[in-house]
Amino acid sequence: MSRPSLDQIAEAFVLALPHAKDLGMRLVALNDGHAELAMPWDEDLVGDPSSGVIHGGAVSALIDTTCGAAVMSHPENGGDTATLNLRIDYMRPARPGETLLARATCFHVTQTVAFVRADAVDGDPEHPVATASAAFTFQRRITG
Amino acid sequence: MARRRPEPVQVVKERRDAALAALVGGVPYIRRLGVQFDRRGDELTAVLPFADRLIGNPVLPALHGGAIAAFLEISAIVELAWSGLWHEIESGRISMDDLRAGRLPKLPKTIDLTTDFLRSGLPRDAYARARVNRSGRRYASVHVEAWQDNRDRPFAQATGHFLMPLSAEETDG
Repeated sequence: MSRPSLDQIAEAFVLALPHAKDLGMRLVALNDGHAELAMPWDEDLVGDPSSGVIHGGAVSALIDTTCGAAVMSHPENGGDTATLNLRIDYMRPARPGETLLARATCFHVTQTVAFVRADAVDGDPEHPVATASAAFTFQRRITG
Repeated sequence: MARRRPEPVQVVKERRDAALAALVGGVPYIRRLGVQFDRRGDELTAVLPFADRLIGNPVLPALHGGAIAAFLEISAIVELAWSGLWHEIESGRISMDDLRAGRLPKLPKTIDLTTDFLRSGLPRDAYARARVNRSGRRYASVHVEAWQDNRDRPFAQATGHFLMPLSAEETDG
């Protein structure tokens, strides 16, 4: 059987998560413990109507989903995952009208826990909108 | 000296409900997520009515961690803004006319938020209550707990730090 393409994986991934789909998220990259998801700016996601800045909660949802995707794509992953803890620091407001891109790396796993770092950027990738660190449940794949 | 008669209960309730509605109603993302607020005096309970679009794991099924974190963040911000607004409303510094015209203090901004997921979120309504642990002129620290069927078994909790909006005097000065 041929390996499914990234597009196919991406579509299946987002369709499988109703909340990610609802917020308009799109999988951009996924391999070996690294994931990138994009979320276009939308009027409904605004937290401050006077400026049009996206609500922190929507940024959290994007980062959480991206971290989960990074864990799922880790080569040693052998099961499902769930967030244990998520810490987000908000550096600056996201620019109104710009797509947000979250980038997550699962940088360490044990038998039972996966550790992830992530950030979210808009048109100015040098200055992240938010950075995050998270712990997820993990089931290491049984090999051999 | 004659004691002033207390205001009729309807007037008091109408003013407080209008203040809460003005605070919450202006934020598109709160409406999008479907978060509502129950008020008893000055006590607020945030309610997240279940909807299929909040699901993150369709197999279990369970609420999306991001939706839960967003719900906690909204609860914390609204509680923090409400606790400040309450005194403005009760003292008459903010009038019904101000509320109708949307003249409200700006919402606090999140500096950081740490969310602990204690159990998976079941596909049913969730509730949250926030407590302002410290509220200074510039910074505030808020803790929030969310539960579903059983108040004593929270399924998520969060602590966050927030930047308070500048007061009218500070902005003018």
